[in-house]
Amino acid sequence: MLPVDPTKKLSFTRCISDGDLVIVYEKYDTMKAVEVCAGSVLGNRFGVFKHSDWIGKQFGSKVFSSKGGFVYLLAPTPELWTLVLSHRTQILYIADISFVIMFLELVPGCLVLESGTGSGSLTTSLARAVAPTGHVYTFDFHEQRAVSAREDFEKTGLSNLVTVRVRDIQGEGFPDEFSGRADSVFLDLPQPWLAIPSAAKMLKQDGVLCSFSPCIEQVQRASETMRSSFTGRLFDAVISFCAL
Amino acid sequence: MEISESEPQIELSENPRATWDGCSVLLDINDGDRLVFARLSAGAKVKIGNTNCSLQPLIGCPFGSFFRVENGAEGPYLARYTPSTEGNNVLEKGEIQSVDEFRDNRALVDNNKAQSLTGEEINAMRQQGATGDEIVEALIANSATFEKKTVFSQEKYRLRKQKKYAPIVLMRRPYTRSICEAYLKKYPNKIGFLRMDTLSLLLSMANVSANSDVLVVDMVGGLLTGAVAERLGGMGYVCNTYLGGSPYSMDIARIFNFGDEICKRIVRSSLTDLLSFQNGLPKRVSQDTDSCNMEFQPNGQISSAVSTEEVSLTSENVKSEPVPESTSSPVVKISKPAKLGEKAPQEIISSWKENGFPSLIIAAPELDAWSLVKEILPLMSNSAPFAIFHQYLQPLATCMHNLQQGKIAIGMQISEPWLREYQVLPSRTHPCMQMNGFGGYILSGTKISPN
Repeated sequence: MLPVDPTKKLSFTRCISDGDLVIVYEKYDTMKAVEVCAGSVLGNRFGVFKHSDWIGKQFGSKVFSSKGGFVYLLAPTPELWTLVLSHRTQILYIADISFVIMFLELVPGCLVLESGTGSGSLTTSLARAVAPTGHVYTFDFHEQRAVSAREDFEKTGLSNLVTVRVRDIQGEGFPDEFSGRADSVFLDLPQPWLAIPSAAKMLKQDGVLCSFSPCIEQVQRASETMRSSFTGRLFDAVISFCAL
Repeated sequence: MEISESEPQIELSENPRATWDGCSVLLDINDGDRLVFARLSAGAKVKIGNTNCSLQPLIGCPFGSFFRVENGAEGPYLARYTPSTEGNNVLEKGEIQSVDEFRDNRALVDNNKAQSLTGEEINAMRQQGATGDEIVEALIANSATFEKKTVFSQEKYRLRKQKKYAPIVLMRRPYTRSICEAYLKKYPNKIGFLRMDTLSLLLSMANVSANSDVLVVDMVGGLLTGAVAERLGGMGYVCNTYLGGSPYSMDIARIFNFGDEICKRIVRSSLTDLLSFQNGLPKRVSQDTDSCNMEFQPNGQISSAVSTEEVSLTSENVKSEPVPESTSSPVVKISKPAKLGEKAPQEIISSWKENGFPSLIIAAPELDAWSLVKEILPLMSNSAPFAIFHQYLQPLATCMHNLQQGKIAIGMQISEPWLREYQVLPSRTHPCMQMNGFGGYILSGTKISPN
């Protein structure tokens, strides 16, 4: 998905090959992620599409089914991925994602901590922002979701940039090994105030913490905790916002 | 305060944690009231209240440090300071938890007699070396009405006085977000009224990432170019293209602390040059060389113009003339910002011709979106995402319609970014009183293969 490998970079000469992940675009609100596999077919309301017909075509091409219907094959991006990934939890969408990335002040090479992983929608964009030299450590307390997330990052080619771990951050905090090493921390937890003291410990000086909550009561409480544990530290990090 | 300054050099040079001589910083005075960009040097100064303070003490300090004005033997100077947890926030002292308060404003009469301390007395205190905090305490002690105010109101009063008599300076890294916010407050027209959430969307929608080659049309002063370069981190290129003979200003990109590696990856090329290569025409010597030299030669001047950008909000205690030229004294020349925005080398242009750009962002409020897109899109690889910002909806709607008709792009969408900031305080949470209600519009989509 990311041009970490120069040979995979999008260009006029880059063609779809066996094993590539493509986004099959039917119409504006109907898209699907498909892994190209020479012997495989894709069936939808436009007919049956042979994957073998796709190989050797450029990304962005229009391809036809046996009965003349057509779809477009697009190169995956974190934005498209957010639209096609399987929802295991409520996910963040592009407006919130972009805003969070901007607020976390991420640049290539950053180390960022995230909890929870959820469906990995934000994680994909975090990975893009810190690639190719940075790393995202993402934590979720749900074993099954962590496994699915790992599979997804494998599929999208991000597994070198993202490490998924099972851990209850609200209960246990972030692992000590990251103490003072994180450029940014992102929290999307039901009770973020429980994790804030640990997040503060993980951050480098002038590091940024963002907490995302759907309800104003959560923001309120998180913000109170931030005020007490962040004042007097050299962070400018009392960023509690409500992205509606 | 324990300051762990032990090993700042270990950090990646792309993301340093402490300042250096010649470093560009954002000074946030009084919690966002006034934002000043400055380039640190021994001779640089910033005006805080009525005093000119040298920026020398800031060199070598970690970003995120707080400073305040203190009186020294040689006059006022900026000293490192740790805001205490006790601080100004009355509520943190646990004095009050409830909003059911007996005090209200029925007894307050606005006759300007509440404060018994006169201006002369305050000045006298200052001359005797009283600190800002002592003056604030004295003002409170001499205020006849302070005790009658509600706790919330007392807190506000204290904060207002603190801002005036004991201003606090927070030194921050200049980052896309802070630069964008600062410009939007003070010079919104210079950045085409581009709000930071809108800018963040542009970067996402165009899939900007390291190792990509991003084509930009930046008529927002270099903010877009800088934002893209920051995300590339010195890997891949941002190509700033322009119509006509002279490149658009990239001054804002110089405020970022870009090292040589990143600066080298910011290049410019006229659209004519990019297109002539595209069509396989013999390469021509660009005619814009002269005008570019004009832009880039007086380096000293450019850096002085940039290093003193000033943005301020309150009228209180701010002389709003820009920070004087002295900010960039001769010292700046030694550590002037690296050169950026060189002309793109021929071989790179040819490789773009061969491969196409995988990413496009346009922020050109002065140009017609469709005529521009029509010219530029053939330079893009197939399946390349693009994002176009405009202050108005109609030019983008026309552009989207034409792209649909021509079957040039799919997945198109016009978004209107929306941002609401809240004040979050115990029992006093509400949307902020003043907000920018207009974030412009973005047309995004993906180019498809013409065949």
